[in-house]
Amino acid sequence: MKILVPVKRVVDYNVKVRVKSDGSGVDIANVKMSMNPFDEIAIEEAVRLKEKGVATEVIAVSCGVQQCQETLRTAMAIGADRAILVQTDAELQPLAVAKLLKAVVDKEQPGLIILGKQAIDDDCNQTGQMLAALADLPQATFASKVEVSGEKVKVTREVDGGLETLELSTPAVITTDLRLNEPRYVTLPNIMKAKKKQLDTLKPEDLGVDVASKLKTLKVSEPPKRSAGIKVPDVATLVAKLKNEAKVI
Amino acid sequence: MTTLVIAEHDNASIKGATLNTVTAAIACGGDVHVLVAGHNAGEAAKAAAQIAGVAKVLHAESAGLAHGLAENVAAQVLAIASNYSHILLPATASGKNIAPRVAAKLDVSQISEIIKVDSPDTFERPIYAGNAIATVQSGDAVKVITVRTTGFDGAAATGGSAAVESLNASADSDKVSFVGSEIAKSERPELTAAKIIVSGGRALGSSEKFNEVMTPLADKLGAAIGASRAAVDAGYAPNDLQVGQTGKIVAPQLYIAAGISGAIQHLAGMKDSKVIVAINKDPEAPIFSVADYGLEADLFTAVPELVKAL
Repeated sequence: MKILVPVKRVVDYNVKVRVKSDGSGVDIANVKMSMNPFDEIAIEEAVRLKEKGVATEVIAVSCGVQQCQETLRTAMAIGADRAILVQTDAELQPLAVAKLLKAVVDKEQPGLIILGKQAIDDDCNQTGQMLAALADLPQATFASKVEVSGEKVKVTREVDGGLETLELSTPAVITTDLRLNEPRYVTLPNIMKAKKKQLDTLKPEDLGVDVASKLKTLKVSEPPKRSAGIKVPDVATLVAKLKNEAKVI
Repeated sequence: MTTLVIAEHDNASIKGATLNTVTAAIACGGDVHVLVAGHNAGEAAKAAAQIAGVAKVLHAESAGLAHGLAENVAAQVLAIASNYSHILLPATASGKNIAPRVAAKLDVSQISEIIKVDSPDTFERPIYAGNAIATVQSGDAVKVITVRTTGFDGAAATGGSAAVESLNASADSDKVSFVGSEIAKSERPELTAAKIIVSGGRALGSSEKFNEVMTPLADKLGAAIGASRAAVDAGYAPNDLQVGQTGKIVAPQLYIAAGISGAIQHLAGMKDSKVIVAINKDPEAPIFSVADYGLEADLFTAVPELVKAL
């Protein structure tokens, strides 16, 4: 079967973002961008399934600006066979991305679609579920274990309080949690090889998708700052402060 | 204008996160209805009817709803969605699983993890691991929202007297089935609802040490135990204890972080705590920049001392 893996280009997780002073958004000019960490896990899982002989082809897809090509090249360096960029300069929200992905799914007919559970920029945690709904596929979110056997896939999910296991018939949508796997490092030879792999570019219009949204961001502000605390010299002082000053114990 | 809250429950009782969601629903204005979709969930429906501020409880029964599968619960919500201007779920593993499915079928945007209701169509939500707060306005006919429970006080669990109305259950999906679950048993308060949380990081070194050092402190304070991602990934603590951007979001009265450096992903999960105490031997650890009280010490001596002093 084919596996489709949507990936997103986001501000690197190590960057501490700054809110723009005019409140229009966060300042992402000249900051380091990378592949969303959960998407790396998704690519890694797809490539492992290919290495086990379960998958025949791994296709990475990204929606967004021209520079998302770099993210797709990284996905191909990890082991994706080819890539699709749905290029647009419009601001994309999860519903629009899910619609674009649905159109790609219709075209490519993958057996599994593996996404990250959330992107670390908008922190939405929606796209996988929305894609599953639009394509009318079963979903297994927050996966920490994936076992494919024939037409079925068994997925262990991280839920509040522990784990639960579901069995889905393929095609199905899976979103990855942190503990699913440890993504491999990309090696220089693989980066070179990835440059030769096929990367197709589409436009939302080619897919017949309207990416407009009725959700508007009015402003973006700094979270309230915590006032600076104090250092205490020893445990006795700490206990005294907690009892008498903060009155929390 | 009427708001529907999808209750999170275990068929016998209503989970705490539902109470916070009801408070957010009341803030949206209009009547609040609660949907209890489950199997043998009569007790949960009765409990929902007691919640202060709830006007009506809708109760749907079927075997397919027993485990809260997103496909089946979303179908149940969609069957009645046209009656509502707002559909709210708690931003728990379950709510996050279901809400986007409902929104996509309604062809509307979903708004994740709101922390404040500014007006019936304007909401505040954290982005970038809580490093910025976005104010968003929805022009959609139905607002599908998940509610960060630490952003709203819980509604009173008693005092209400809503009528319970039975719904016809919608058909179950044949594409997914529930196999089993492993839920960690715990005598402690639930992490997201605890007043005091003691949290350990990678510095604890092993799961034996984690239990040996953190458990007595938690026992002494009647606290829940949390962990950083590093401690969870290293296998020192089970994953459902993880506090942070991708784990649980908590806001207790007192949060004690022992051996946790304070990466932004961790801070995103706990920086709304009332009082933060950091115990770390590295004076440069970023956790000290958010801690109200910082103790620069080796946690293996400081934590047992703390237990003794309490």
